[in-house]
Amino acid sequence: MSDSQTVVPTSSHDDVHSPALLHHFATEEQQKDASNLGMWIFLATEVMFFGGLFCAYLIYRRWYFGDFAAASASITVWLGALNTAVLICSSLTVVLAIWAAQTSQRALLLLMLALTMLFGLAFLGIKGIEYKQKFDEHHVPGATFSFDHEEIPSQPGHYANPQHAQIFFALYFIMTGLHALHMIVGLGIFSWLFWMAWKGRFTPEYHTPLEIGGLYWHFVDIVWIYLFPLLYLIDRHS
Amino acid sequence: MATAIVSPVEREDYLNKEYGIASWLLTTDHKRIALLYLISITFFFFIGGFFALLIRLELLTPAGDLVQADTYNKLFTQHGQVMVFFFLIPSIPAVLGNFLIPLMVGAKDLAFPRINLLSWYLYIIAGIMMLHCMLTGGVDTGWTFYTPFSTAFSNTKVIEAGLAIFVSGFSSILTGLNFVVTIHRMRAPGLTWSRLPLFVWAHYATSIIQILGTPVIAITLVLVVAERALHLGIFDPKLGGDPLLFQHLFWFYSHPAVYIMILPSMGVVTEIIPCFARKRVFGYMFVALSSIAIAVFGFLVWAHHMFVAGISVYAALVFSILSYGVAVPSAVKVFNWTATLYKGSIHYDAPMLYAFGFVGLFTIGGLTGLFLSALGIDMHVHDTYFVIAHFHYIMVGGAVMGYLGGMHFWWPKISGKLYPEGWARLAALIVFIGFNLTFFPQFILGYLGMPRRYYQYPPEYQVLNVLSTAGATVLAVGYLLPMIYFLWSMRYGKPAPDNPWRAAGLEWTVQSPPTTFNFPEQPVVTWEAYNYDEIDKDYKEEAQVVG
Repeated sequence: MSDSQTVVPTSSHDDVHSPALLHHFATEEQQKDASNLGMWIFLATEVMFFGGLFCAYLIYRRWYFGDFAAASASITVWLGALNTAVLICSSLTVVLAIWAAQTSQRALLLLMLALTMLFGLAFLGIKGIEYKQKFDEHHVPGATFSFDHEEIPSQPGHYANPQHAQIFFALYFIMTGLHALHMIVGLGIFSWLFWMAWKGRFTPEYHTPLEIGGLYWHFVDIVWIYLFPLLYLIDRHS
Repeated sequence: MATAIVSPVEREDYLNKEYGIASWLLTTDHKRIALLYLISITFFFFIGGFFALLIRLELLTPAGDLVQADTYNKLFTQHGQVMVFFFLIPSIPAVLGNFLIPLMVGAKDLAFPRINLLSWYLYIIAGIMMLHCMLTGGVDTGWTFYTPFSTAFSNTKVIEAGLAIFVSGFSSILTGLNFVVTIHRMRAPGLTWSRLPLFVWAHYATSIIQILGTPVIAITLVLVVAERALHLGIFDPKLGGDPLLFQHLFWFYSHPAVYIMILPSMGVVTEIIPCFARKRVFGYMFVALSSIAIAVFGFLVWAHHMFVAGISVYAALVFSILSYGVAVPSAVKVFNWTATLYKGSIHYDAPMLYAFGFVGLFTIGGLTGLFLSALGIDMHVHDTYFVIAHFHYIMVGGAVMGYLGGMHFWWPKISGKLYPEGWARLAALIVFIGFNLTFFPQFILGYLGMPRRYYQYPPEYQVLNVLSTAGATVLAVGYLLPMIYFLWSMRYGKPAPDNPWRAAGLEWTVQSPPTTFNFPEQPVVTWEAYNYDEIDKDYKEEAQVVG
């Protein structure tokens, strides 16, 4: 147990390897696995983050179902449906972008990344229109909130309790707001991916950033796939 | 032990490789980040300790004479928030875990070195927000932020404190994420799961809680902040909301958070005991899986904090039974540590003294936890000093003892210097005595009915309160001593050999302090964990040859 160890240069970068391989990984495969696992774990934290909100939503929806249905009926369904379609298309373009990188089609890769961002912006624009509507109708919780004499669907003559409707709108704005925030972060990530792709950094061997960026984008889409029926389609089964 | 042979030429290591403030603030070396964390959490430990000191001074006399009620509320709130979120949760994982996990798994660094640095910056931003909040008025909700008090009635800086803790949560999540990926993907060849040091297993379990629990407190704090700013009604019964929902969401994280604090300590103790008993740890796989079991069970017991809050009888019954369930894996650990000591050749060095302290105090803390998970007794002692004593036995007697034990055990590796053993043993003894003197009287106070969070009390409680305050003073001395002699040893301490304890584990095979990339070449593991019988046999043979 004596200190006989001599100093050995530790970062021996003699062997040739990809410039994208960071010093502390042994192989590119290890680096790719680590990045992917890291993103999956991050998405698990996101599930729990939104999970708290879904939990609150489900409890109040059960307690105040009629009021929630009335409040939900005031949101424009077709705009939400359009946004759902926009996001599904954007998920397709993400997958095509990765395929383009795998098959070395630089122009297609750039096009698909640009389309993805375009769809993202369209989503945010439509969301903005919806928020504007709610703002004009005084459906934004706070001092100016009003939801008087709104009939509960399928219960003629019964009016929604404005306080309970306010809880719906509070959850609506927090859930869709956080989702929109995630979209904005996603646009940031995809701008960076676009820039990397522009510089030709992605190859069939190395395109991990595209994959983990794509995972994130798909996750944000999936959150919306749950938000849309929960918020827009309460009691619309008739 | 062999006399330390020190090379006269200074070797390059992670500390002397680069100098200057930028080489620290922009480092991605897990060992340097660990030291950044060490300095930051020590700073917050003393802030939290200062609040504790004021609390104990106020409680020296039955009358409220040192501070006003409002100030007292802020003191215990900020003591809790600083100690929980800015000291205990980052303590062992961000300092020892950060430093040791790559070394223990045979890697050059954590999987995501830049994210590691980011987590420290998030911690610092959160810390500055918290300090700002405290200096400009503070917060008085209790560390639990219970609604509707926090959202509708408190006139203090709830939003600022909530946002500070929100940010610190992301620091914690990123640390956990980094550990899980590192443990899965960066292990050296031959280092199978069943050969991993149990410190690593404990951190794996901790990371799972950080990853799955912390986002829930984050969203809860977002809701509290939004509710307070806009009066949405989500947690306000006056507006149709439900304060119990807040408590469920809060404790869904904050109960498992207790295991974020205690599991790493258990990991530390599981390294120390085999080393100083010179024996393989008893029942390796049971100890490893009990960490995972604690993490899983830990998520299923949160409502035992709400037995008197108005949850249904059936829910209370289920959560009571599940809370007993957590005791099983915890007891497995205690019995296995004890069995490891059996017929061991025990050395009473300072780390071992802390480990002994940990086992005893954790056992008391754990058993009194069972009192509290019993529905009938909980009605009696809920919100009394019994609860305070119980969780301080776990968090201070357990987590902090483990932290100090680990700091002593790995200090030679971290600093390259030996600390003064005599002083260290004395400090361990002072901490143990001071701790018991502080908190054992609180069990009795609580059982006699003294409620928590009051700044005045009936005179008949004074004797026990004086004992507790006296103990806190002793404890303060015990905490200051290591800080002084650690700092002293950095300059005047004897240079540490690579493996001063003849301990098992990859971290002891490299030089002290390690080089930036830890290992001169990729290590390959061909031995089982804690092979102390082989290590000692080799050592004896070596000694015979030399002798």
